[in-house]
Order: sequence, then C-alpha cells, then structure tokens
Amino acid sequence: MTSPLRVRGRAWVFGDEINTDDMYPGFAMKLPVSEAAQHMFDATRPGWPALVEKGDIVVAGKNFGLGSSRACAELFVHLGVSCLVAEQYNSLFHRNALNYGLPALTVPEARTLIDEGDVLVIDAVEGLLRNETRGAEHHIEPLPAFVVELVAGGGLINRLEAEGFLDRNDATTGGQP
Amino acid sequence: MSGPHGAHGKSRAVPDTIIERILARAAGLADVQPGQIVTCDVDMTVVIDVQFAHDRLADVRAVHDPDKVAVVLDHAVPAPTPRDAGHGAKARTFVAKHGIDRFYDVGRHGIVHQVIAEQGLVLPGTVVCCTDSHTCAGGALNSAARGLGPLEILQMLCTGQTWYRVPPTIRYELTGTKPAHVNGKDIFLTISGRYGDATDHALEFGGPGLASVPMPDRRTIATQGAEIGADFTLFPCDAVTEEFLAGVAQGSSYVPSDPDSDAVYAEVRTIDLGAVEPMVALPGTVINNAVPLSGLERTRIDQAFIGSCANGQLADLETAARIVEGRKVAPGVRLIVTPASQQVYLEAVRRGYVATLVEAGAVVTNSTCGACFGYHMGVLAPGEVCVTSSTRNFRGRMGSTEAKVYMASPATVAASALTGYIAGPDQLMEVAA
Repeated sequence: MTSPLRVRGRAWVFGDEINTDDMYPGFAMKLPVSEAAQHMFDATRPGWPALVEKGDIVVAGKNFGLGSSRACAELFVHLGVSCLVAEQYNSLFHRNALNYGLPALTVPEARTLIDEGDVLVIDAVEGLLRNETRGAEHHIEPLPAFVVELVAGGGLINRLEAEGFLDRNDATTGGQP
Repeated sequence: MSGPHGAHGKSRAVPDTIIERILARAAGLADVQPGQIVTCDVDMTVVIDVQFAHDRLADVRAVHDPDKVAVVLDHAVPAPTPRDAGHGAKARTFVAKHGIDRFYDVGRHGIVHQVIAEQGLVLPGTVVCCTDSHTCAGGALNSAARGLGPLEILQMLCTGQTWYRVPPTIRYELTGTKPAHVNGKDIFLTISGRYGDATDHALEFGGPGLASVPMPDRRTIATQGAEIGADFTLFPCDAVTEEFLAGVAQGSSYVPSDPDSDAVYAEVRTIDLGAVEPMVALPGTVINNAVPLSGLERTRIDQAFIGSCANGQLADLETAARIVEGRKVAPGVRLIVTPASQQVYLEAVRRGYVATLVEAGAVVTNSTCGACFGYHMGVLAPGEVCVTSSTRNFRGRMGSTEAKVYMASPATVAASALTGYIAGPDQLMEVAA
C-alpha cells in the first residue's frame, strides 16, 4: 500500500452538495494549513478533524465541493485522508484534489455501497472498490491515465519541479485561497 | 484577429456553441466535442493576493509570458492581518522579479473580476483564468473565463497552458424584455431556483430578450454561474458587449465568438424576462432554494450587504443610492456597501452616491472581497440574519455558522435595510420617508 493510488482506510460518509466554505471556512484562510485543517466541517460536523486517522477515506454525494477555489484538498491531505470518493464532483474542486496528489474517484452509487465506518480498499488504477466490512467487491471507473500519472507523481508541484519550472524548496506551504 | 463586427475565428463544418468555438481556437483545433479533453493556450492568467499564501510562487524560475499575466490585490486589502500584509509584500517582489506590468496594488485595487474587466483584460474569444471561482464573470464579455485552483495558476504562469474537458452546453433562450426593477440577480435566482445545479456544464445565454439585459446584469449572472456548478457562463458578443468594450478596450483586437444557429445543446430552456420577479434565495444554497420576494414571510434582518464581484458595480450602488435617498436605515440594522473597485468607488463619489448612502446611515467600505467571504468588514455574529447581494449564502460563509444569509438584488437589499425586514422598494410606503 505504498502507492497513493492503492489505498485502504475507514470511510467517512457525507451528504450532497458539501461546499468548500464548510470544508475550509473563510476565517481559516487567515491560518497556516496545519491550523486551518482543524476547522474542516466546523459548520456541519464540528470536531471531525480530531477523529480522522491516517488513511481514512472521505465519501460524499452529488456536487461534492461546490464553491470556491480554496484548496480544501490540501487540508484533507494534511489530516491524512488518502482518497476521496463521490457520486459527482464540482469540477474546480475535483481538479484541485488531483493536483494536490489526492486520488478522487467518481462512484455514482457510492452511498449505497458504503456506510460510515466501513473499511475500504480502493485501487484507482484498476478501478476496484472492496468494502471489507461488507465483504463486497465492485468495479468502479478507474482514474484516466493522465490523472494516474499526475497523482502517482505526488501532484502538480512535484511535476513542475521535475520539469524544471520551479526551484526546489523545502519551505512549508501556507494557506490557500 | 478582428475587431467588432469581424468574422468568427474559423468557419467550420460542425456547428459550435460559444464554449466549443472558444476552446477549439485556444487549442488550435478545427473542432471540439463535449467530453473531449483539450490543452489550451491561456490568454490572461490572473494572480490574486491570497494566492501568495502559496509559497511556491516565489520559486517560479520564469513566467512564460509576463504580458499575459495580471496581479490584482483584492481579498484582504488593505491588509487586516500581518499574514495578509505578507501576501502583498510577496506580490510586489513577484511582479518586480518577473517584469509584470499589470499590477493592481492597493490604491489601484478592487475585486479581481471587476478590475480585469475595467482594464480591458477580458476580451471576446479569449481564455482567462484566475484562482477565484467567480472568474466566470468574464463570460459576460464572451470570454471562456473560469476559476481554477492555485496550483493550476502556478502551472499556467510557468507554461502558458492548461487543460479543459469541453463541457456540454445548456442554452438559456431569453424572450420578452427585462423590467427595469428586475436585476440580473433576480434572473439568476429564477434559474437556480427553478432548474437547480448545472454541474459540469457550460451555460450560454442568448435570444431576442438578451438585448434588454445591460452589461452589469450580465456580469451578475455570469459571476453566479459558479453557484450552480457551471464550468463557464457565456454571453455572445453583441452591441451591448461592444459598447462596453469601446469604453475599456479601445484599439484591442478580439475574436467575437458567437454560437452557430444550429449548435447542439444538452438542453434549451426559455426564460420570459417579462415574467421574472424579484427573488430571494433562502439560507444555505441557491440551488432549488429561491422564492419570489412576494411569497417570502416577514424576515427580520440585522445586516444588509451590497457588494462583491456579483453586485458591487456602479449600477448597483446607483440603485441603492436612489432607494435610500432621503430615508434612514432602520434602527438596529447595518447597511454595508462595498464598491467592487477603486474605479467604481471614485465614480460613486463623483456622482454623489456615496454621500447619499452615508447620509442614510450606510457604511461604505473600501473595495475588497471583504464581507462576502466572511473575512473582514462586515462579518456576522451567531444568531444574526443578513440579506446580501453578494455571491454565496452558504452556512458560515459570511461569519458565524449560526448566522443566516439570504440573497437578493441590490434593490431588495437596500429596501430591506430601510424596513428592517426583507422587502422590495415597492414596500417602502410602509415606512416613513
């Protein structure tokens, strides 16, 4: 389980139309990423960040990530979330997730196949979702090849560095819009 | 390239919607189809203050083309925190290092989408990107403009390119004539309330009624396309567009990119503008959650806000000033007005709108994104109720997660500030003038 594209973790299940302001409240944009991450879902699920364990998988319904360009994916990554699964994404949010190296799969029937707390194994390349808790296995739409390459490489920053566009820098990144 | 009245980019066998025409040109392809992934040259990449929180901008070795870049400070200016002040400092270093001339620092600042339109940086047929979701405002000027994440803007700065999945288009055919008291906000909320979200689609407006929709109202509609998840919200390049561009982009060449009459749409929906009435979105979302003002139960407010990239334009301030002139904001209510740019602010001062608003008891703030995203200059307390003309009514958007945000047109917001409950100008007879 060393590839970011093959993950195993516990599912957290959210509803439809989870918006970016819920994930990344405006005031949290005044904070460094490590602190901003502690305010994810302040409005609808206060205290959630403290419950997240490394490898956990976030599952959501339709129109996941409606709203702004603020980099919610970076907060998920900071908390240790390994993968997103949604019935449908907002395109801006979806692109953000993949660019931060966070696999984000579309599974139209996600909430029928997954309950909160289920342990999932996901292979984003092969398009496989195994729900260990239910003992069920499903074929899902794999990530397209160009996205696999992006995520496998750790996201867009790594790519820009590798291609010589960015000076390498170990400084920690700050908050995002 | 051609000026107004010029030909379309290319003549093709396959008919195009607006987005198909613009993305095909930007990708150097004869035709594109919905679902196709295309790599496009970006005509204008715009960086904003909050993106400088992202340290890696300082590591960019070379900007691909500094003439195709603008830097605008808008979200948190003048800086409310030392951290925000640091973003401004990084922006100044960045533009100096890379020789970027189009820099709108504090004093020339404003909300990015307003500033780039005023400066003639958004032109028909172009691809415009910025890391703010309301970049789709540029669609009012027939531009394939959209918000993308900060890392993608970083990539564009380095390479001058990005990729798109060509979206299918939903066409709104406008008929009738827009009544004077109806704002672009009311048209948008009619659509969002009736048809819900448009995730992964482009929206396109046209039809015989479009000529009656002025540019500020088009900008409101295009800006708010983000609220229903549309990738792009596009208007054709017509006489209204050309009149606007003659004022801000004289001498610029551009490619008017209108749809073919036989373009293929995912759906065509007709809106009779004459039947649109003032609308209010209830707290939480605009998707399937807007009602006619006439049907709203009496809703007391604490704050009324006119501003943002959606409705902080000169026309919006004029509307508000006319409504509050000679009247007073209701006791216990705060009316906050945020011009969308320094240019809007200056013109509002010259025309006396600012004096009228302040005399009525309004606070006219500096031009910034401010209260719209709950960052500064008008944040809500728990239990408070706000009616806003800004972009979003998400829970917690404008401050406390225990506050409620209703959304309506500037006219409705201004009238509500006077009555103390959500009301339209026609209800002002109920309060003493």
